[in-house]
Parts: sequence; C-alpha cells; structure tokens
Amino acid sequence: MEWLNTSIDWMTLLFQEWVVVYFHMLPDALQTVIWIVLKIVVIMVPLMLSVAYLTLAERKIIGAMQVRMGPTRVGPRGYLQPIADAVKLMFKEIIIPTGANKYLFLTAPLLSLGPALAAWAVLPFGDGLVLAEVNAALLYVLALTSISVYGVIIAGWSSNSKYALLGTMRSAAQIVSYEIAMGFALVGVLIAAGSLNLGEIVNSQRGEYGFLNWFMIPLFPLFVIYFISGVAETNRAPFDVAEGESEIVAGFHVDYSGMAFAVFFLAEYANMILIAALTAIMFMGGWLSMLPVSWVAAVSDIPVIGILLGDGIHWFFAKMSIFLFLFLWFRATFPRYRYDQIMRLGWKVFIPITIVWILVVGVFVLAGLGPWFSVA
Amino acid sequence: MSALIRFLKSLSLKELRVGLGVTGRYLFARKFTLQYPDDKTPLSPRFRGLHALRRYPNGEERCIACKLCEAVCPALAITIESEEREDGSRRTTRYDIDLTKCIFCGYCEESCPVDSIVETHIFEYYGEKKGDLYMTKERLLAVGDKYEKEIAAARALDAPYR
Repeated sequence: MEWLNTSIDWMTLLFQEWVVVYFHMLPDALQTVIWIVLKIVVIMVPLMLSVAYLTLAERKIIGAMQVRMGPTRVGPRGYLQPIADAVKLMFKEIIIPTGANKYLFLTAPLLSLGPALAAWAVLPFGDGLVLAEVNAALLYVLALTSISVYGVIIAGWSSNSKYALLGTMRSAAQIVSYEIAMGFALVGVLIAAGSLNLGEIVNSQRGEYGFLNWFMIPLFPLFVIYFISGVAETNRAPFDVAEGESEIVAGFHVDYSGMAFAVFFLAEYANMILIAALTAIMFMGGWLSMLPVSWVAAVSDIPVIGILLGDGIHWFFAKMSIFLFLFLWFRATFPRYRYDQIMRLGWKVFIPITIVWILVVGVFVLAGLGPWFSVA
Repeated sequence: MSALIRFLKSLSLKELRVGLGVTGRYLFARKFTLQYPDDKTPLSPRFRGLHALRRYPNGEERCIACKLCEAVCPALAITIESEEREDGSRRTTRYDIDLTKCIFCGYCEESCPVDSIVETHIFEYYGEKKGDLYMTKERLLAVGDKYEKEIAAARALDAPYR
C-alpha cells in the first residue's frame, strides 16, 4: 500500500508541476481551444459508443420481442457484436459508382452526420454542464436538424441512379414535412418556458411537485407529436418508407458501401439519440429529479441515495433511455405507413393539432395556470 | 357525429397502445432460440438424413438389387447396376446416390423390401470438392457399418408403427 500512496502522490505532483504549469504557459487562445477540444472528445466518445451499443440494444430488444435472442456469438452474450460490425465495415471497400459525382458522393455522409453531432454542443447535461452556452440554442438545434436533409438530397443526387434519386425525394419530402410539426411543437415549449436557452427551458420545469411540473403534462399533445415527428424525422419505423428494408433495397443510400454507408448508419442512430435527448430536455425536465424538491432535500444527506434521487446527469440519461427504448419498441410493433398516409398524418393531423395547442398554451400562460405557469 | 367520435377515438391512440402491449409482453416471454452447436433438437427415429447401406449380422450385404429404390426415386438420384454372383444370387456392382440431387423424401427407404437402404440421423456432413457428395456403394456401406448400432436402434423404436 505504501508504494501505491507514494506513486499517487508522485502522479499528482507531476500533474500539478508539469501539466498544469505548462498549460498555463500556453497562449490564452490556445488554452481555450484545447479545453473545447477536450470537452468535445468527452462528449463525442461516449456518444459514438452509445451509437454502437444502441445497434446492439436494438437487435437484442427487437429480437426479444420476436421471441428470439438476437446476437449471442461475439463475446460474452454477444456484447462485442457492435465492435465486430464496426471493424467489418471499416475494412470493406467503398465503391463509387461510375458516373457518380465523386466529391459530393463522399461529402453527403458527412453532411448527414455532422449536424447530428454538432447539435450536441448546446445540449445541457446538467446545471451549467454544457459545451456552448447559446441563448438561441433551440433555434440552433432546429437549424442543424434541417441541414441534415441536405446530406440525404446530395447522397441521392450524386449517386447518379434513378432509384437513389427517387428514395431521396421520398425521404426529403418526409423530413421537411415533419419538421414543420416539430417546429410548432417547439413553439409551444418556447411559449411555456419563455426562453430559447435549453438550460433555462429545463430550469423552468423545476418546481415543488417534481415530475408533475414537467412540460409533458400541460403540453401533452405537443410532447406526443414532437416525439412521433422525431421518429419520422429520423426515418425510423414505422415511418421508414425511405429505407423500407423489407420492400425495397435502401432508398437514398443504395449505392453506398463500406464506411461511407456506416457513416449514414451512424448519423441515423446519432439522430435518434439526439431526438431522445431533446425530448427529455424539453418535455421531461432534462437532468431534474422526478421527486418533489422537498423530498429530495429531506434525503440529500444520505450518502448514495441522496445523490441518486437528487438532480443530476443520471436522470437525463435515464429519461433518454426511455425514449430510445420507445424507438426500438415502435420498430418492433408497428407496420410501415404507406407514403400517402405519412403525408396525411404530418400535414392533416399533426400540424392542425399543434396549432390548436399552441393557442391553448397561450391561454394557459395568460391565465397563469398552476403549477406550471403560475409564476409567470 | 359518429365521425367525430371516431376522430376522438383515433386521438387516444388506443390501437397503437394495444399493439405496444402485445410486443411488450413478448419482450419478457421465454425465447425459442436454440443455440445450435451447443444445444441440439431431439431427433425422431424417422429422421431422414445421410443414406447408408446395411448388412446382415453375418456380414452379407442386404441389398438384392431389386432396383425398387431406383424406380421410386423422384429426383433420379439413385443409379444401380447388378450382375449374378458366383453363388447364383443377384447383387449390385454399382449403387450410387447423388446427394446433390437427393431431396431426402425417404421413398427409397420405404420401398426397400430388405431394409437395406436407410436414411440415418446424420445431418452434419459436407463436401469439400466436387464429387464429395456423390455416395458410392463402398461409402454407403461404410456409413452403414459405422452407424449400424444407431440405425438398428432407430428401426427398433419405429417398428411398432411399420
């Protein structure tokens, strides 16, 4: 034990003397850049891992719902399957079709993955735990999720294939349609919270009644519509006519293979996680504990339970995993919508309902309906 | 009025919730998956796998070259040639089954008057090169010699129903 203590002492000393001192000798601008890059790594690496393991969870959960086991062979109980998949995709050849626009063909996957990752910059993981404190964070998120449509359009067009182009048209039209319903649902949140800052949106859901204070109760229709639009937006079942794996080959990414295809795959799953996180932040109080504030205060002195029940990043992850599970549950349950049914649902059901509910929320806020809007 | 009620009902998402309930229940149901190389399904004594030619306990081959199996084979997978042996009995000089043609219907086994051609419980076999799955008389007899005990046991189990 003696040597362990001395080595720990020595390591802390080394860290203080060398790393910290030299870090402060760097120019200020460089220090900021290093900090931001470190923060980006701390967000990106777990995100990429959770994308990988979301694919495993999907195969396991859908398998269980179809009374089978899913992958069991790679590693103990199949837990290394995503790693095997990733290695396989990395070593596969990227085929660029003759007549395809090579540069756009290779840019498109990045254009669809980039926004899905960039949006994480403004998501608060806890009180003040956010990479970029942007006041118009909600607008930023809306803008970035809209950009990912360009990845889809460019992918289909640059493949120089009529099938990819048709898939693109369907996919892009679907994403654009549902973005409107999604935007309206967010307008409801905006009215309720009175802020575009995601951290403030979460904080305005704090209250003495715990989970009853969350926006999912007064904004329930918007909550449901937002999540369903999110499912449609990410082209997931039952809205996956663009991919339609049991009917057609793959829609806009038919001509992609190897890592270029894997990046589309990553983007789809990163978008799922993003939608789950946004739903948790905007309707279920992000990192807030579901228990009333007074109860949390009462147990806050007990060592482990106090931390578990109090506000914190673990609540955020728990809420996100509920929505991620819903994504998988939907895929295992619902048959695919016909294309005209998708358009009907988006334009003739969701948009009217959101507009009506925005008016209702306005009335709520004006009337100061408690406990959500009584302070304002 | 009924249209309005139907509209309000559709807003409650009842059908969707029922569907989610079904899949939700199956999430916890016992799984049917069999981890194949580790677990195997029980095989019926009537299982129709790799073919074999049997012998009598004294070592004499059972096949009398009646060619009923060749005639009944719907896939034309069996080829038989025969001649008279020195002791005057009719025996095969050639008895080939092309397993790439065989559909494992079991008619050869059913048609055989002396229980000579049989289908065994063996289903895990493979060919590495062309011709490996073309079973000659020698190979069929070798299979029969090797698995005679299992083959006889399976016939005995099925005997009351034949």
